[in-house]
Amino acid sequence: MTAQDNTIVQLDRAVKTYAMGLQKVHALNDVSLDIKSGSFWAVMGSSGSGKSTLLNIVGCLDRLSSGAYLVEGQNVAGLDDNALSDRRLRQIGFIFQSFNLIPQLTVQRNIELPLYYLGWDAERSRERGRELARKVGLEDRLNHRPSELSGGQMQRVAIARALANDPRLLLADEPTGNLDSATGEQIMRLLRDLHGEGKTIVMVTHESHVAAYAQNRLHMKDGRIDRIESS
Amino acid sequence: MKNSRFIRNIMLGMENLWLHKLRSALTMLGMVFGVGSVVAMLSVGEGAGKQAMQEIAKLGSHNIIVSSVKSVEEESATGGQTRISMYGLTYDDHKRMQESFPALREIAPVKLIRKEARLGDRMMELRVVGTTDAWFRLVPRTVLAGRTLRREDETEVRPVAVLTEFGARKLLATRNTLGQIVRIGSDAFEVVGIVRNESGQTGTMQIPDQDVDAYIPLSVARQYFGDHFVRRSAGATIRERVELHQIIAQADDMDHVEPTANAIEHMLRRFHKNEDYRISVPLALLRQAEATKRTFNIVLGSIAGISLLVGGIGIMNIMLASVTERTREIGIRRAIGAKRRQIIHQFLIETIVLSTLGGLIGIGLGVLTPLAITWFSGMPTVLTPLGILLPLAISLIVGIVFGLYPAANAARVDPIIALRHE
Ligand SMILES: Nc1ncnc2c1ncn2[C@@H]1O[C@H](COP(=O)(O)OP(=O)(O)OP(=O)(O)O)[C@@H](O)[C@H]1O
Ligand SMILES: [Mg+2]
Repeated sequence: MTAQDNTIVQLDRAVKTYAMGLQKVHALNDVSLDIKSGSFWAVMGSSGSGKSTLLNIVGCLDRLSSGAYLVEGQNVAGLDDNALSDRRLRQIGFIFQSFNLIPQLTVQRNIELPLYYLGWDAERSRERGRELARKVGLEDRLNHRPSELSGGQMQRVAIARALANDPRLLLADEPTGNLDSATGEQIMRLLRDLHGEGKTIVMVTHESHVAAYAQNRLHMKDGRIDRIESS
Repeated sequence: MKNSRFIRNIMLGMENLWLHKLRSALTMLGMVFGVGSVVAMLSVGEGAGKQAMQEIAKLGSHNIIVSSVKSVEEESATGGQTRISMYGLTYDDHKRMQESFPALREIAPVKLIRKEARLGDRMMELRVVGTTDAWFRLVPRTVLAGRTLRREDETEVRPVAVLTEFGARKLLATRNTLGQIVRIGSDAFEVVGIVRNESGQTGTMQIPDQDVDAYIPLSVARQYFGDHFVRRSAGATIRERVELHQIIAQADDMDHVEPTANAIEHMLRRFHKNEDYRISVPLALLRQAEATKRTFNIVLGSIAGISLLVGGIGIMNIMLASVTERTREIGIRRAIGAKRRQIIHQFLIETIVLSTLGGLIGIGLGVLTPLAITWFSGMPTVLTPLGILLPLAISLIVGIVFGLYPAANAARVDPIIALRHE
């Protein structure tokens, strides 16, 4: 607790339960975790161990059943849907395994999407969209639709979109899961660069060579933290 | 700034609809035809109504028209060749009306006469009205030349005639009009004026001077031609004695028209053995026409309402399908930080754009249809601002009402679940 201001994500006895009929599933079971600002975490573990649930909680997409969750020192456990949306909009960038681009929008418009909700005007958004596309090496694909892109390109568009609101926290759920290994490496180098620029990254992955990019590797098991490795 | 965002949202909505051109177009059809038929029907109804109103207005909305009619008893009486049938309004009726109805501003007695007329070597049958100066205050007619009848013409029994355009054309042709001496029957009349005449008919009610050629003072008509008429029809000679054919009265206030008409009827019933008169009140016709129009509008409104309802349900149906289809998109937007309210806006705007666009196209169709009707059938149609704005407002409201439910559905989408399903 010495460097409070340096902790961006703080989970304290976090519990997330899902009711499956009469059965209760503990997707997260008493998880306490501090994530320092600017760190790079990989979350690992077998299927169903609660990795995605953890990421959704951290990303303010979901609420805890009990326990505390603080983002930059502020408890978000009691926030309503609107306030959580606002957190996502201003502080968090999401990257998904299946890219989750909006198919009918062009690359440019997909990247700009968060800016629309941030209330940016069209001119400034376009400028920022181009800039981000350049950053991920897709400035020549701005007017393409997602369906005209390769998997790696789509994931780069998704990363550009996640960066649009200049979030401090980047969350990636198996970002290389749908990509071949060479393309996966490309994406990981991009994430590493972003980490180098000071972004805090939490990434779920199954693959150890992908996890190797992170400084901290969190192993989940049945909704609990099994062990943490640091390098 | 706020304004430009609003426009941007509408543009985004249109863009989304444009992605599914055919579907959007088909969805709009309900609104297009609904609104189109409302606009068209309103303008046809308005046109028909206006025509009826104009015809009635020509009769004078303050006027009460009492006409002589041959009573049923008189009609069936067979008295042979020598019998004279007597019926109708009398000079006394006229006097009584003048004396007992203060609400009547003007009262014009009318005596209709058909006489042979002569001007030089031209001969024709002339339709003559014997009346007073009150007539011209009561039934205003444009004076084309000279003057109309005056009070002194009546009191001093002057043999003067005011011709209508019909009469003037018949008699004078190319001659100089005013000051001419016309022989009507065996008497000489000086032409002192020419007036334009209106023509028109509303149901059973005719414009009083529908087919008149000349007006002369009543006192002159009475003194020169008397009250006996001989008509020849189907070989038989019918002798009649009628004092006045019509009395036209004008009430000082719209509210007095109908009570006064009732009072007149009451009075006439007291003095007439048979019902040899008929009272017509243009205002009553006007009211009737208005009531008919109102009924028509209600029927029309219901039909239109149903068609708009159907259109709205069609839109809602498609929007619900669209929300389901775009669950993932909604999840993505929510994950990025879109609030529920913003998702609601997005879908609501799409629905409103859809319905309003349909409404606008419908208005276009609805404006062209009555124009085409008028063009091809000559039936009058009237487009009122209300007849256009009302359907437009309705289509907007339909968009909001039928868009709310699908939009609320969209906002309920759970982003985690939406993003999980492939
Ligand atoms: N909405 C839900 N309703 C019920 N149970 C759920 C729900 N979401 C997750 N779970 C359960 O919670 C547990 C953790 O799920 P989670 O998605 O976090 O696993 P994961 O580690 O991401 O697995 P994978 O590697 O397959 O993605 C699982 O047992 C899952 O069935
Ligand atoms: Mg998962």
